[in-house]
Amino acid sequence: MISMLLGLLLAPLLAGLINRVKAFFAGRRGRPLLQLYWDLARLLRKNMVLSRTTTPVFLLGPALSLASLVTCLALLPLGGPALLFFPGDMLVLLGLLALVRFATVLAAMDTGSSFEGMGASREVAIGALAEPGMFLALAVLVVQTRVVSLSELWAHRGLDLWNSAGLVLALVAVALFLLLLAESCRIPVDDPNTHLELTMIHEVMVLDHSGPALAAIEYASSLKMWIGAVLISSLLFPFHTGSAWLDLLAGLAVVFLVTLAVGLVESTSARLSMLRVPQFVGLSSALSLLALFLVIR
Amino acid sequence: MTGTVDFLLVSMVLANLWVLGSSRLPSCIRALAFQGVALGLLPFALYPGHITWDLVMLALVSITLKAVVFPHLLKRALLEARVDPQVEPFVGHGVSLVVGVASLALSVALFRRHPLPIVPPSDLLMPVAVSTLLVGLFVLIARRKALTQALGYLVFENGIQAFGLGVLQHAPLMVELGILLDIFFAVFVMGITIFHIRRAFATLDTMEMAELRG
Repeated sequence: MISMLLGLLLAPLLAGLINRVKAFFAGRRGRPLLQLYWDLARLLRKNMVLSRTTTPVFLLGPALSLASLVTCLALLPLGGPALLFFPGDMLVLLGLLALVRFATVLAAMDTGSSFEGMGASREVAIGALAEPGMFLALAVLVVQTRVVSLSELWAHRGLDLWNSAGLVLALVAVALFLLLLAESCRIPVDDPNTHLELTMIHEVMVLDHSGPALAAIEYASSLKMWIGAVLISSLLFPFHTGSAWLDLLAGLAVVFLVTLAVGLVESTSARLSMLRVPQFVGLSSALSLLALFLVIR
Repeated sequence: MTGTVDFLLVSMVLANLWVLGSSRLPSCIRALAFQGVALGLLPFALYPGHITWDLVMLALVSITLKAVVFPHLLKRALLEARVDPQVEPFVGHGVSLVVGVASLALSVALFRRHPLPIVPPSDLLMPVAVSTLLVGLFVLIARRKALTQALGYLVFENGIQAFGLGVLQHAPLMVELGILLDIFFAVFVMGITIFHIRRAFATLDTMEMAELRG
């Protein structure tokens, strides 16, 4: 319960952290850490402009993605088992993430703008490559540990596992990190700061949303980032401290470290050309598949 | 030692994927050097109890050749023949990566169905060796340039050497040295040939080389 509330509360902080890292590398002071919170508050106070071509689907998109992501948080263990857990809950998590993509794409198509259609097509193309990667990465962990729920995987992680299958876990960690970059639309795949319609992916799909709907989308994308980072921290961080509070603190620390790594990647690498992106995302599937071969022999 | 063995074998597979996915020749050459180092260290991890002087010397020679000399020769050929460092594949990089992973899957399946009469020191060694072999052949046929053919040949050869490691614990020293000398001359000759091809045809595109010229 606490970890879920922490997620809801701290998720927008990650964006601020990444911006700070990027500013540090560029020699600037950067935006305040809490900038996204202020932005969200500002957007919530504004009115919405709705185009006459849109239907209720346009507003359903942000609402549905926000709802699915909050449900995802309930399934994620962090510093303790998740609020909800049952055999196969990782499939539900991946399904919900797919639902988020579906809702966003549908809302983008609903505007009737050709740019948004283009963004939607790119998003789906990348999603089609990222989803097998996620399934494979989780499949590797399941086959290795023989447990089938995220919270049990959280309980099974540890030094023993790293000692017996360190290479496999390292491959999975890299794959999950690449997927995190792809799924949360960070730099080698998509640039969240660009506003050139020809090259953006996620940002172009939300061009027509404004006010509270845009706030919901911004918040949802920071939740997505949070979920990706927590997945890495909760499934792969090798140490159990024994105390629930220390576990939670360690888990959070790893989440922030992963975020710093994302910021580092963003500051030191350029965006890939659109033609190379499928290869980058496909690489995560290749790594997971390699790990799977190592596990099943 | 299985952890180290697995690490080296996975490094070899990653180098294969690197060669397949990279679009610049210098980067492919670096991948080859990386694979050479992994392959050179492999015997120590596979047979930790049998480290002898000639084994160490052989590994040193092999690593020097594969990680220093060959990359240097290939880079020189690249510079002197003024080759455009773009790879120019017939089969795109994305599909090539799929082929790389598929070759591994195929070889794992192959050795599951038809186990070898001898027991290899690691059950992943043979699949990785065969998949490296297949990737080498694939690079030979799926890339346009004469230089990439040399590259494919070297990857292919790495596969053969890895396979040999599993079958023979110790090949006689002279045989190993002979093989290394062979490859050395092959690369050497290829470097010279590439330079001459460039002179005679003014291109290294193998598709243009359809007729004989004096």
